Amino acid sequence: MSVRVKLPTHLRRLAGVDGEVSLDVTGEVTTETVLAALEARYPVLRGTIRDAATGRRRAYVRYFACEQDLSHDPPGKPLPPRVTDGSEPFLVVGSMAGG
Amino acid sequence: MTGVRVLVGTRKGAFVLTSDGARKNWEVAGPHFGGWEIYHVAGSPVDPDRVYASQTSAWFGQLIQRSDDGGRTWRTVGKEFLYDGDPGTHQYYDGTQVPWEFKRVWHLEPSLSDPDLVYAGIEDAGFFRTTDGGTNWDELPGLRAHGTGPSWGPGAGGLCLHTILQHPTDPQRLFIAISAAGAFRTDDGGKSWTAINRGLVSDGIPDPDAEVGHCVHRLAMHPARPDTLYMQKHWDVMRSDDAGDNWREVSGNLPSDFGFPIAVHAHEPETIYVVPITSDSEHYPPEGRLRVYRSRTGGDEWEPLTAGLPQQHCYVNVLRDAMAVDSLDDCGIYFGTSGGQVYCSPDSGDTWSPIVSHLPGVLSVEVQTL
Repeated sequence: MSVRVKLPTHLRRLAGVDGEVSLDVTGEVTTETVLAALEARYPVLRGTIRDAATGRRRAYVRYFACEQDLSHDPPGKPLPPRVTDGSEPFLVVGSMAGG
Repeated sequence: MTGVRVLVGTRKGAFVLTSDGARKNWEVAGPHFGGWEIYHVAGSPVDPDRVYASQTSAWFGQLIQRSDDGGRTWRTVGKEFLYDGDPGTHQYYDGTQVPWEFKRVWHLEPSLSDPDLVYAGIEDAGFFRTTDGGTNWDELPGLRAHGTGPSWGPGAGGLCLHTILQHPTDPQRLFIAISAAGAFRTDDGGKSWTAINRGLVSDGIPDPDAEVGHCVHRLAMHPARPDTLYMQKHWDVMRSDDAGDNWREVSGNLPSDFGFPIAVHAHEPETIYVVPITSDSEHYPPEGRLRVYRSRTGGDEWEPLTAGLPQQHCYVNVLRDAMAVDSLDDCGIYFGTSGGQVYCSPDSGDTWSPIVSHLPGVLSVEVQTL
């Protein structure tokens, strides 16, 4: 399953990518499996979105898709079908906190 | 020695400033890692091309960058800083106990003899080491196991291990300082530590002369006289002549003995520099006049250095890691401000001029003499 992921600017620079990332995700498409595929492709991103040891989402990072905030959904919950079929991207967002 | 390279960490990236020995004309490169907080950039004393940087963000966490060409190009290396075992708890601002939790790397101290060996001081206070050039970082847990750890509390910037000094000839002897726990010394390469805070007196803690709990802002040492340590504490400038076993106050005639950095002249072990700040609640120079104070007597007697520094309407701060010296024959003194200026004095502090004036707020300044 090919899933589109849109990263914030700093993480795109770290990963060395422009625009969206397209990831092949095996099995059920969930926040957990998408992030695992992302980190496997771009190891430099380990720990930047979720804690490398605990898997806990970083405080200033949010997950959006299909105009919904998925940040507080269980990591194993299936993502919306339009993300799964590639119609919509899964958004990793740095929260708006100035700076 | 033909020139200098100044490594500047700021709130929005790293900058590399280079000049020849005259230190008049500067090449400015950066920002590297634009938009990220760069707490510290430090080069190896034995391989100046090897440079490490602590890159951090409240959003995306910690990265460590390494350069093998003097800061022109960089690559990420290991960034896992895991406490050894169950880290336990320490004191929070309100006096309750909270779990030890990694937040960021404050300070990187490359070894005096091996470019792959680097010590790291982190928040929440821990002492880490890499022996493979930054790929893997391991805690030396003896510091937190000192026994007083649960009583350590954070300074305003967090519970940070911000200073690491290496003895010039005995690699087993290291000094560190933590805000707000105090200073510690190891004589066995970091396995065990002794609190070295006798003589410190701090208001704001229940026992003003307690063994630990002092907000030490910075330590400095001259390699020719490694038993003499200088300290800028929250309040008070202090000196020890027995490797930290005992301290005495040397604030003397300073207009304020509150401040953050302290530095020692490269060739004169009794010449030291501080930047007085008005108070703990007013982090700017007294009277809006930016003055570096120099003592040529190892403390007690201080003279203001003002030539080239703003003497009105100046309300910047100079943070603890933001002052450094080069080792050219005419010793250069450098510091960076919260207002984004980096000043250089090529004549031991007699005259100053800005290298750059409009960087993001400066967190750290280090100098490599090339």
